[in-house]
Amino acid sequence: MKSFNLLHRVAAIALIGIAASASSAAAQIKVVATTPDLASLAREVGGSAVSVTALAKPTEDPHFVDAKPSHIVTLNRADVLIEGGAELELGWLPPLLESARNPKIAAGSAGRVVASEGIRMAEVPSSFDRSKGDVHSLGNPHFLVDPVDAKIVARNIAQHLSQVDPKNAASYASNLAKFNARLDAKTTEWQNTLAPYRGAKIVTYHKDFVYFASRFGLSIVDELEPKPGIAPSPSHLAGVIGTMKSQGAHVVLVQPYQNRKTAETVARQTGATVLDMPEQPGARPNTSTYIDMMNNLVTTLAAGLRGAK
Amino acid sequence: MRGRLFLCALAMAGPVAVHAQTPQKKDSVAKAEADSIALVRQLEKELGANSADTATAAASAPRATGGYMNIGFVSLLDAGWSSEADVASLQRGDHDPKQRGFTLPNTELTFDGAVDPYFKGFANIVYKLLPGGETGVELEEAYLLTSSLPGNLQLKAGQFFTEFGRQNNQHPHAWAFVDEPLVINRMFGPEGLRSQGLRLSWLLPTKFYTEAMVTVANANGGATSSFLSDESSDIHGGVLADRKVRALGDMLIAPRLTTSFDLSDTQTLVLGASGAFGPNNSGYSTRSQVYGVDGYWKWKPAAAQAGFPFLSMQAEAMWRKYDAAERSLLSSPDVTLPAETLKDNGAYAQLLWGIKPRIVAGLRGEFANGKDGAFASELRGDRTRISPNFTWYPTEFSKFRVQYNYDDRKGIGTDHSLWFQFEFLLGAHAAHKF
Repeated sequence: MKSFNLLHRVAAIALIGIAASASSAAAQIKVVATTPDLASLAREVGGSAVSVTALAKPTEDPHFVDAKPSHIVTLNRADVLIEGGAELELGWLPPLLESARNPKIAAGSAGRVVASEGIRMAEVPSSFDRSKGDVHSLGNPHFLVDPVDAKIVARNIAQHLSQVDPKNAASYASNLAKFNARLDAKTTEWQNTLAPYRGAKIVTYHKDFVYFASRFGLSIVDELEPKPGIAPSPSHLAGVIGTMKSQGAHVVLVQPYQNRKTAETVARQTGATVLDMPEQPGARPNTSTYIDMMNNLVTTLAAGLRGAK
Repeated sequence: MRGRLFLCALAMAGPVAVHAQTPQKKDSVAKAEADSIALVRQLEKELGANSADTATAAASAPRATGGYMNIGFVSLLDAGWSSEADVASLQRGDHDPKQRGFTLPNTELTFDGAVDPYFKGFANIVYKLLPGGETGVELEEAYLLTSSLPGNLQLKAGQFFTEFGRQNNQHPHAWAFVDEPLVINRMFGPEGLRSQGLRLSWLLPTKFYTEAMVTVANANGGATSSFLSDESSDIHGGVLADRKVRALGDMLIAPRLTTSFDLSDTQTLVLGASGAFGPNNSGYSTRSQVYGVDGYWKWKPAAAQAGFPFLSMQAEAMWRKYDAAERSLLSSPDVTLPAETLKDNGAYAQLLWGIKPRIVAGLRGEFANGKDGAFASELRGDRTRISPNFTWYPTEFSKFRVQYNYDDRKGIGTDHSLWFQFEFLLGAHAAHKF
């Protein structure tokens, strides 16, 4: 009889445990972001009301993520999906969504956030021609390194979260306002940090710093890729080296998934410095949030440009 | 189960009741948005002329890619030489090189898009230049797929490649080798297993990916080799029995279960088991059963460049039990072949090494064996093949491949072949499944 009572107690405690965990799980909105930068913005806006998962790893090339079956499961259980919206994920997201069969995140639904909504896209091609390289038809998708664009994306996320989870709308609005205030302050700080280098000439591996350069008044004189997505050829690199020397570009910006050796070769020829500038939070230590990541970009670049002076 | 659901429902209902929305809170989102836009405008003023984006652009017209349908065009060209003069007897796949010199085995028009909020539609129309010079056209696939069935279910309906193993439902564009694996040719013929029907899939509510599916399709047609294909007498040697559909048992039924695990951040494993069961036309009550297991493992480092380097291994093994009835020999109807069970098996394993961006080295080893039957079928002889190859992808839209095949056919001898393959792709490029 004693053991029977004990069994009852254990069962009761287990049930309470299950109920509590179910309650906490049910209370959180499951947000899936295609890339870690979008995931970080979702955490800022969603706060404790959401649980956020990023599909791409911080060091992974967001153009070439494997459409792994585990991502299908993640998307199948999502309440909200945040995608870049400018075809960055075109090579892997569509088959995942097809298999995930989740109407909550279908195109056009409240649970589907198209981050680029409202952003003025750069480099939108006037004609579609793949001889010009892998040009995205909706424009350059690397817009999140402009903090002003990050605010638009955060607002898009807040709007959708409020639709999906109206009871927490006030919290999302409040989180958004706080994030915007912090980002505004940091943007001014970053602007000041980079102010001495306004007009500085830089070279990038891919066309992934266009928005950043535009926001902070830098001048990209060339890319190591001859055309977007096309591997650097020696003849093109020879041209880049010539341009760097004639124009006085002293830094080459690379991301973890780009060929650093190629950048180092160019740097050796020109006396330039290769700067590791990952655009995804978490790719380097102490850059787990969007603001930390941007801070790292700005301070790394400022240090590089200062050293090159 | 019902009790747990009830607890969950209670847990969900609680917060909803407590946090009933007030008009003030509704307004706060709009206010935050207005504040944000005002801040953006202010920042634009502060940060200079490059900042004409944001709030005004927010009201710009929505963008759209293409029309309501993605259209693609893929063309493969094979070129090469084989020590076997009758290349078609060696390369039995419909999209394999077919003769010494040049073959254009697969030129494909692909269409896909959302039909409406409930369905997606897909179609593939294939053109191929036959060795005689004529153009062959076939409607390879045309099916719709549901987008939002309840209970994690999904229905596919139309003409489609049966989901059996890994490669059967891949198009030649996605193949890692020039030709169809021997075992797929052995079990399902030159086109692979394909028919008209329905496929129901269920994504299981497990922590890791597990999908169960079953296809119910016509057992007849040109791409149902082990079943009621018009070319099945090449397997059993007899006069074809004209079988009609009388019950569900006269249909082709193909169940499949597949699961996947991320072994680490950089390694993924996919495992699957499939079956295909249906009538065959050696007699009026005979049946065929095909079983298969498959596996795929891939390693890719966390900071890969354009998806490289990588290492992957794919393997499939299949077994067939083909009950043949007592039948008249097609080439000589006076001769009666005895009732018997024809047993076949085969497997392939292929290793791919993505050495550096856009360069892949591959090695495939394979065999297919058949237990001797009363009819000496050319399709059922024992055979092994080893194929090293090398592929260069200038971009995702073009491909150059060179492949050597060492072939050993029991009773015929060994052959050597060297094939080059070129491919280009225009328009939409459907993303590859894992």
